[in-house]
Amino acid sequence: MMDAVLFYLFAALAVGSALVVIGQKNPMYSAFALIVTLCSVSVIFALLGSPFIAVLQVIVYAGAIMVLFLFVLMLLNVRREEEGARPQGGRVLQVVALALVALLGAQAAVVLLQVEPGPAPSFDASTRAMAAVLFSPRYLYVFEATSILILAALVGAVVLAKKEL
Amino acid sequence: MPAMSHPAFVHHAVLLSLVLFALGTLGVFLRRNVITVLMCIELMLNGVNLAFAAFSRAAGTLDGQVLVFFVLVVAAAEAAVGLGIVIALHRHRDTLDLDAFHLMKG
Repeated sequence: MMDAVLFYLFAALAVGSALVVIGQKNPMYSAFALIVTLCSVSVIFALLGSPFIAVLQVIVYAGAIMVLFLFVLMLLNVRREEEGARPQGGRVLQVVALALVALLGAQAAVVLLQVEPGPAPSFDASTRAMAAVLFSPRYLYVFEATSILILAALVGAVVLAKKEL
Repeated sequence: MPAMSHPAFVHHAVLLSLVLFALGTLGVFLRRNVITVLMCIELMLNGVNLAFAAFSRAAGTLDGQVLVFFVLVVAAAEAAVGLGIVIALHRHRDTLDLDAFHLMKG
């Protein structure tokens, strides 16, 4: 019962703050609303029985990535979006894209509502069990590949943000 | 029966992920600030992560959770490189309006 209350409370909070993220003209407020969304989704992860992912979400996303965003926002001193006319044909393309997104979402929702939920199997997502899967031969090479990805991103970010490109 | 193992829970988590992904897509189309668009992409990635976690819960295997881990890593790399590009763009054009960036030439 308590779980259900928490689930729907934080689901509503996530959707509400996501609406603020896309509705705000000031990117600073969007960033703070996004932090609320990420923390709410972290609670949902915990309720789904994945404590490791829930903690990772708060540390990596709400902690590291959002601090990076706020840092850049303050560095560039962005106040508001510029008003003014968009380029020719932009509005039409926007409406078409929105209609396609709505269609896709409606399709997915219809499919989801037709699925009969079965009983959830037992599940152990403790950090120990996660590590056993992550470092198993199945994912070991992928794991090593991510370290190369992070190194490439690190070098790339430094090169991009350097004074003379 | 505890609510945790309630099947509708997983179901509603997938619906929530759908809503988050759709809102993120909407934001990418609506907003004009590069940084806000990047944040909307993070929102979409989060919706995908939630779907992975929910399906992992429904299937009873940990593979979905491992995928969430990798998506987190890619999201961190994407944010670092993306914001580096934003800083370089701001230095060259002195604006963050997406409509101002329509040339491949520096």
